[in-house]
Amino acid sequence: MSAPLLAVENLKVTFPSPSGPVDVVKGISFSLGRERLGIVGESGSGKSMTGRSILGLVRAPGKVSATRLEFDGMDLLKQGEKAMRKIRGARISMVMQDPKFSLNPVMTVGEQIAEALVAHKRLPRREIAARVRAMLEAVRINDPDRVAGLYPHEISGGMGQRVMIAMMLIPEPDILIADEPTSALDVSVQAQVLDIIDDLVRNKGMGLILISHDLNLVAHYCDRVLVMNSGRLVEDCAASELKNAQHPYTRGLLAAQPRLDETRDELPVIDRTTWSAT
Amino acid sequence: MTAIHIDNLDVSYGETQITHGVTIDVEEGGSFALVGESGSGKSTVLKAIAGLAPEWRGTIEIFGKPRSHGIEAEFARTCQMVFQDPYGSLHPRKTVDATLMEPLNIQGLSDHNERIAAILKDVGLDNRFRFRYPHQLSGGQRQRVAIARALIVEPKLLLLDEPTSALDVSVQAEILNLLKRLRRERGLTYLMVTHNLPIVSFLCDRLAVMRGGRIVETADAEKLKKGHLQNEYSRELLRLSAPPAV
Repeated sequence: MSAPLLAVENLKVTFPSPSGPVDVVKGISFSLGRERLGIVGESGSGKSMTGRSILGLVRAPGKVSATRLEFDGMDLLKQGEKAMRKIRGARISMVMQDPKFSLNPVMTVGEQIAEALVAHKRLPRREIAARVRAMLEAVRINDPDRVAGLYPHEISGGMGQRVMIAMMLIPEPDILIADEPTSALDVSVQAQVLDIIDDLVRNKGMGLILISHDLNLVAHYCDRVLVMNSGRLVEDCAASELKNAQHPYTRGLLAAQPRLDETRDELPVIDRTTWSAT
Repeated sequence: MTAIHIDNLDVSYGETQITHGVTIDVEEGGSFALVGESGSGKSTVLKAIAGLAPEWRGTIEIFGKPRSHGIEAEFARTCQMVFQDPYGSLHPRKTVDATLMEPLNIQGLSDHNERIAAILKDVGLDNRFRFRYPHQLSGGQRQRVAIARALIVEPKLLLLDEPTSALDVSVQAEILNLLKRLRRERGLTYLMVTHNLPIVSFLCDRLAVMRGGRIVETADAEKLKKGHLQNEYSRELLRLSAPPAV
């Protein structure tokens, strides 16, 4: 593997509270090459904040600090708002959880995808239309010309999420951050959306950060898995090695999931006292 | 005895017919799951039973009694519902105590203090939570309050609408264990809506797969565990929920 696209060292995200500052991300380090990295954790583990801090999207009063937060040789923490805007979308982009709240309700799908492209590149109108069409086809929308003219309320959740992916990938970024991209979708649509992300990421040789609470899903779609718990990395392993995970929290998460061929009378519950004593 | 007998149920919202000829029977003490994607009509069946979707034709009988189209206090005594989102289903300006008091007042039950203390203990909530507001509780604790609110009038039948889909994996495990224990201890009957097949394996003994408002297959949970569902669509769901080889 070549030099990492993204290097993170000792990343901290801090929010003030009445009883003093609280670290929601407590100094984590990882690097990302052109590979698929999964970040798993439960609510409040800091996984989404990790994703957001890379893009400079942690809002005040939240504070991001790190010994190193480097993307392609650039120090992301030193970039101004204007420079960050050039990176967001064009170089690193993010797919959010719920298409219902992330798409603009008063713009057609085609216009929104074109906007994502035009914001970063000046292109002749005909080429824009062609690229939008090609992108919609790439996310397996059968009838791209018709769908481009529809408004977000006229399309289904799965299609909405595919439109989001089209928007995020049309400027051809180096890294795609997908924050729970399928948790608002039905099981049958989930696999389809993830397959599309997987396909596009592999073909374009991009880096992917897939943030999710679903261990199985991450293990299936990623090369490497990070497990987070209350702001710390507790496990960093190859996806294929996940079932041999050592940390009690990871093992607890794996065991707490009901299985299809369930025979256990009771599900093991994570004993929060054993591992949080830090 | 049959706890739920539904025959040829057509539910409509205005002009739109949602379910088409839904027929299910659940034995007393059984645990039955309705499975399907969003829009398949599975929640609508629960709403029709609870009286929240009054426009229906067909037969709904609960413990042998025909169900009316509205909400009745007497019916609420035997049948209660637990909703999906514990963040939305509790009144934000009522304490846990006030939330649990309401069904007791409606049903005209006495011994408020003892009943509330007992039910909190039963759902695994410490007594110190009794005078807290929902925003002071975690998602799992809120869902325990919602379950306590349903069980405090001592119903025989619980309607569960995706009771754990808004919760984290480790909290989900706790709530599923709780539901399983309560059913065993109190001899409850469950009718649960979910899209998560492994949960059905854990908690239910029968299931019906719904698609487009119709039941496409009814089977024992044993068949689900062994992967022996017959219908093509059920098998598709099964394939998609099988954990990928890790």
